[in-house]
Amino acid sequence: MDLAKSVLEGDRLSLARLLTQVENKTTEGSTALDFLFAHTGRAHLIGVTGAPGTGKSSLVNQLALHFRREGKRVAIVAVDPSSPFTGGAVLGDRVRMKDLSGDPGVFIRSMASRGSIGGLAQATASVVQVFDAAGYEIIMIETVGAGQSEVDIAKLAHTTLVVEAPGMGDDIQAIKAGILEIADIIVVNKADRPGIESAEKALKSMLELAHPTRRVFRHHGDLIQTPLSKSGEGDGMMKSESPIWFPLLQRTIAVEGKGITELAGHIARHKEYLHRSGDWAVREQARLRSELDAALQSALMDQFHDHLSEAYFHQIMDQVFARTLSPSEAVKALLHGNPAAPASSKPESHESSHSAEKPGRIK
Amino acid sequence: MVQDKDQTTLPDKKIRVLVAKPGLDGHDRGAKVVARALRDAGMEVIYTGLRQTPEMIAEAALQEDVDVIGLSILSGAHMALAPRIMDLLKANRQTNVKVFIGGIVPDEDIPRLMEMGITGVYGPGASTEDIVKDIKNAVK
Repeated sequence: MDLAKSVLEGDRLSLARLLTQVENKTTEGSTALDFLFAHTGRAHLIGVTGAPGTGKSSLVNQLALHFRREGKRVAIVAVDPSSPFTGGAVLGDRVRMKDLSGDPGVFIRSMASRGSIGGLAQATASVVQVFDAAGYEIIMIETVGAGQSEVDIAKLAHTTLVVEAPGMGDDIQAIKAGILEIADIIVVNKADRPGIESAEKALKSMLELAHPTRRVFRHHGDLIQTPLSKSGEGDGMMKSESPIWFPLLQRTIAVEGKGITELAGHIARHKEYLHRSGDWAVREQARLRSELDAALQSALMDQFHDHLSEAYFHQIMDQVFARTLSPSEAVKALLHGNPAAPASSKPESHESSHSAEKPGRIK
Repeated sequence: MVQDKDQTTLPDKKIRVLVAKPGLDGHDRGAKVVARALRDAGMEVIYTGLRQTPEMIAEAALQEDVDVIGLSILSGAHMALAPRIMDLLKANRQTNVKVFIGGIVPDEDIPRLMEMGITGVYGPGASTEDIVKDIKNAVK
């Protein structure tokens, strides 16, 4: 609790230490999150995703410099992958962010994904919450180098940038479902490289083919889609008569700082759009709902394991291994079996697997 | 976010190490070898790259809340860089951070570095197993 209070007072060491507690999911961390929750909901969360090597870190570096010139405090959460074998990680995003060093208005935190597969770490949302409470107005979240389906970032961020680079694939890649769909703004970085014209053309034609829809993640990850009247279709810009955002496309050369002012302008327009259309609130609610669902899920799981006898669980597992019980039958047995008497429950649970067909036993 | 119970049972407390190259020499192979070895030992390595000033290193160590700093110094400037970094860590109230140096350090300088509070010094030929072991012991 002391840590959380010092964070609100602006102490950077306390902030760093609290982030560690939150990342490690300690009791102290979770108590602090409860305390800080009332102070959250103010920051603009900007997600930056895209394939490895497209220039995400360099772009984040440049955008941070831009926001600093506007006088905004900037936090950066940079996620890199953990080894699935050793759990170790090399977090190298700071290498591209040297320009931000020495500025007390910037705070960079590297995170390892720690086994999470959606492009973020499990604790990323909580880390963002701490930065939000600490008064950072802009929080940029850089995902692991993402492939085609790491789309968790769109649930967390208000504005999602998908970074592409020339030579990353043809027009078929551009019409596939997944990561391009979550872009509020598509950034074509490394615009000085050969192939920029065809890359931009493929992405543009993808945008033009799209049926414009209002894209808001619901709590189970599905989208609320609202079809658009024909009048709104067009040049990739937002039409005044319809509150629909058409993803914008911006060329940049991040290492030279080119296209950054324009990109920041698009980001500001997207924020304004979110407020005007009411999507800001919808996204916030969807995110909080999905956070609550995830917390509930993990609490129920813990509760379930606390009340379950280990021996009984292993008995059931053995039957699954022997293929005498299917996984879904096993779940029924685990939920309705008698965990108090593991020794005698084996034949019972086996029986319940056969009686699973009877509707009376299932419910 | 993604809920996969099996994947989240990785040990929660990770050793976080900042690997940095202060000074002006441009050889980072050693730093990369060590970074890779620590990664394979299950640590989270924050790699900051070449030509870091002591101020940049101390600031990164603070923001990342690391347990350990590994400095790679081949330029011979260790007697100037190390005390500066130790002073900055003190000023930031980060006296809990263990600092290791790898590189070209004459034997006679090692006792003086240890006096400053450096935890370990490694020269050419040092084994990565030893470095891993020493780090694990130091942060216990």
